[in-house]
Amino acid sequence: MKAVDGVSFDLRPGERLGLVGESGSGKSTMALALMRMHKPPARIAGGEVLLDGVGDVMKLDDDALRRIRLDRLALVPQGAMNSLNPVMRVRDQLADGIRTHEPGDDRDALAARIRAQLARVGLDADVGGKFPHELSGGMKQRVAIAIGTSLSPSVIIADEPTSALDVVVQRQVMETLRSVQEEIGASVLIVGHDMGLMAQIADRMGVMYAGKLVELAPVHDLFANPQHPYTRLLIESVPTLMAKRALASIPGAPPTLINVPPGCPFHPRCPSAFEPCDSKVPLPTSQNGRVVSCHLYPEQAA
Amino acid sequence: MTAFLEMTNVSKVFSAGIIRRQHTVAVDDVTMTIDEQSPSILAVAGESGSGKTTLARLLLGVIPPSSGEVIYRGQSVDDLSREQRRTYLREIQPIFQDPFESYNPFYKVDHVLTVPAKKFDLAATREQTMRLIEEALDMVGLQPAETLGRFPHQLSGGQRQRVMVARAMLLRPRLIVADEPVSMVDASLRATILESIRRMKQELGISVVYITHDLTTAYQIADNILVMYKGSVVEAGSVEQVIRDPKHPYTQLLVSSIPQPDPSVPWGAEGEIAGDPESMEVAATGCKFVDRCPAAFEPCRGQRPPLYHEHASRAAACFQYDGSSALEDQNLDVVFEPQLTSQAAGASEEPAAN
Repeated sequence: MKAVDGVSFDLRPGERLGLVGESGSGKSTMALALMRMHKPPARIAGGEVLLDGVGDVMKLDDDALRRIRLDRLALVPQGAMNSLNPVMRVRDQLADGIRTHEPGDDRDALAARIRAQLARVGLDADVGGKFPHELSGGMKQRVAIAIGTSLSPSVIIADEPTSALDVVVQRQVMETLRSVQEEIGASVLIVGHDMGLMAQIADRMGVMYAGKLVELAPVHDLFANPQHPYTRLLIESVPTLMAKRALASIPGAPPTLINVPPGCPFHPRCPSAFEPCDSKVPLPTSQNGRVVSCHLYPEQAA
Repeated sequence: MTAFLEMTNVSKVFSAGIIRRQHTVAVDDVTMTIDEQSPSILAVAGESGSGKTTLARLLLGVIPPSSGEVIYRGQSVDDLSREQRRTYLREIQPIFQDPFESYNPFYKVDHVLTVPAKKFDLAATREQTMRLIEEALDMVGLQPAETLGRFPHQLSGGQRQRVMVARAMLLRPRLIVADEPVSMVDASLRATILESIRRMKQELGISVVYITHDLTTAYQIADNILVMYKGSVVEAGSVEQVIRDPKHPYTQLLVSSIPQPDPSVPWGAEGEIAGDPESMEVAATGCKFVDRCPAAFEPCRGQRPPLYHEHASRAAACFQYDGSSALEDQNLDVVFEPQLTSQAAGASEEPAAN
């Protein structure tokens, strides 16, 4: 089965690109595949990931791959509680990556770097001496951001960085991620399912459905004028505080990836489906900096 | 007339440790009534550690209160006879967060529907049982033919959760306590589940206690809301009042922290996000929110603020509103809509001497 199928996009320097999709849409698989961190039996059947100054990440040998990870391409994982080592102090986990990639710092210099890195994510220096279980969920997620950004990578991949946090802490952590990213000038790919969060944090936003990228647009355009019917329904299904209204949902259920419908994968649930949709896969068409894969937007005759 | 379910000054304290014994007040002095005559949806909102799930477990009778009483049809839940307890367990039904954990993967989904039907003798014959089950599935928008006979893993998360709603409905309860029923369900399917919960109130007259951290869905489906912080009710009243025009600084912080799905709506005000709520110690005296509160002033450290009846359908536990009278006995019933007819009107006019 194809968890991610023919997805193409570019991540511009310094931008925050949001990627939304429901569970099973392939968004996390894709984020991990970008770093070649997918686990067997998953494999990358084709395609390339071009990283500035490195070339195709997919073609690197293991050693070269190890060297660019964290240094150039870093991951802030989902649920920091499970990604931190429970029996290692925070400062040792931070030191691990720095020492491996940039050996040569003496003890004092390393300690100073760790303190600076903790301060950057809004944590006190004494957090360095603690174990993960002594920290709250928000603090653990900050530690994960501190580790991920410790070598000032050019690309940060944040996979649902705040999905397990309460709203107030979520906002604090997202503000932290944003300030660190701006400070080091990195690009961020944020994977998530919360449309509200994406609206607030992303510059551009992509929508995935059944392993395909169905729409990609600047965030203001996407919310003001969604083109793909799935994007439109997804936005309409988000409850807001603006007005009480009947809750809208998208009829049907997302397809399982073993059994993706022919043609456009969304056609069985789509209110605008017409003749070609159940047989022909829509190809991405682009206009005014937006990309959409839908037969409603035929290839413009240039 | 006796009310269906009442909580009178209910508190729950958890203790841990032997030498340095630590006490955590998970629910602190809650008084309210859930009535049968005027069904309503009450949202209980708060962050993790606010005590909202403990409140749900107290209502369900899973844990006993440390002080105060949970009273079911005029009788303390502790003193129910075997037969009464059976009725109590049928009339109050839970819906849990995780639509997978609630199933035994070795049984078909039918199991969660047929077992309670049998246990509570809902029907005399197998055919009648099946008819009841099919009706309940219809009610939540599931096709009985496509649902029954399947294993849990063959259904989507949304479908599994709807089967759980159907299970709760099947028993014709008077109250459903739903603890984060949609937090693990995909966005496009949440609305269907919330809609079926709303229909339970409208069509079957079942009251609902909707426990959530999500104020937006609370606003969409609930009539009333109770906002908790570290075990205490900080604000309560109609959702229109509490969510559209929050008065307690904590509720204000919560509402402004919700990321709105509109890039032109800014995300909260600058500089108001202080402190990590999860690791913050609660002050022994005074308002529990004082160390994070931008509006804190001198009386806040002295004593706990009572719930002030700041508006006809709202109370806020904050000294900024001490010009209003305090709720009598912290009883929240006077701020909830629809108003209970059994309530002695006019009693709230007197400022309570605390």
